[in-house]
Amino acid sequence: MSGVLILFYFFGSVALLSALAILFIRNVFHAALLLLMCLLAVAALFVLMHAEFVGVTQILVYAGGVLTLIIFGIMLTSKIDGKAMMVKNNKWLAGMLAGLPMLFILITLLKQHSFQSSGKFMTGDAAIKQVGVTIMSDYVLAFEIAGLLLLVALIAAVVTATTSKKNDA
Amino acid sequence: MIPIQHILFLGATLFVMGLMVVVVKRNAIMILLGIELMLNASNLNLVAFNTHHITHMDGQIFSLFVIVIAVCEAAVGLAIILNVYQFYKSSVPDDINTLKD
Repeated sequence: MSGVLILFYFFGSVALLSALAILFIRNVFHAALLLLMCLLAVAALFVLMHAEFVGVTQILVYAGGVLTLIIFGIMLTSKIDGKAMMVKNNKWLAGMLAGLPMLFILITLLKQHSFQSSGKFMTGDAAIKQVGVTIMSDYVLAFEIAGLLLLVALIAAVVTATTSKKNDA
Repeated sequence: MIPIQHILFLGATLFVMGLMVVVVKRNAIMILLGIELMLNASNLNLVAFNTHHITHMDGQIFSLFVIVIAVCEAAVGLAIILNVYQFYKSSVPDDINTLKD
């Protein structure tokens, strides 16, 4: 077993176990920290699959941006008295009904196909260069629309978060 | 060389975990966490299939766009949750059952 494979199974099990812990834990803040662990493990998996740019973007955007935003949200919506915010998990039957058949179907369908990797693909600097060139040529329209979407979403977030004060007064 | 089947199994399991978090938890922020988990599982699949092709990078670029959409969704979703919390003093979706006061 090669080193890459051992690292893949290690980070894969870290991601799986932290996702499982998010399902069972009741403290929202701990769940956010576990999600951070899961996202970092998935970023490591991206790097192992020779998608370095996606891995770095995952760390920068998810671990740096989204998780900070979520932790802000947790702190702003918890009660002032300093107790940790707990959630009830009272929809276990619905969760099992939604999740387990889906897992069963996905696993059986994936087992029926055999996906063979070509084994030869771009790695390192050439791959990152190829990603940049493709974004700026073939996908330039989608890239610009994504930028516009980010601008619209941020303005919408600011407007939505600030007008609540007026409603209170 | 990582066997692609195992990556796909991992992606499927992470997706189902995210789905179950969305259904089981009774808190709006936990539902956002579950959605992020599902988007990440789909990213894992996109990057895994990208290793099939020698020259094309479409899978990686798709996953970059998915990350952008996830950021927009988290920003707008959290703003809505904060607004709802100030009005209802609760972030439990079951408590929020009126359109107008």
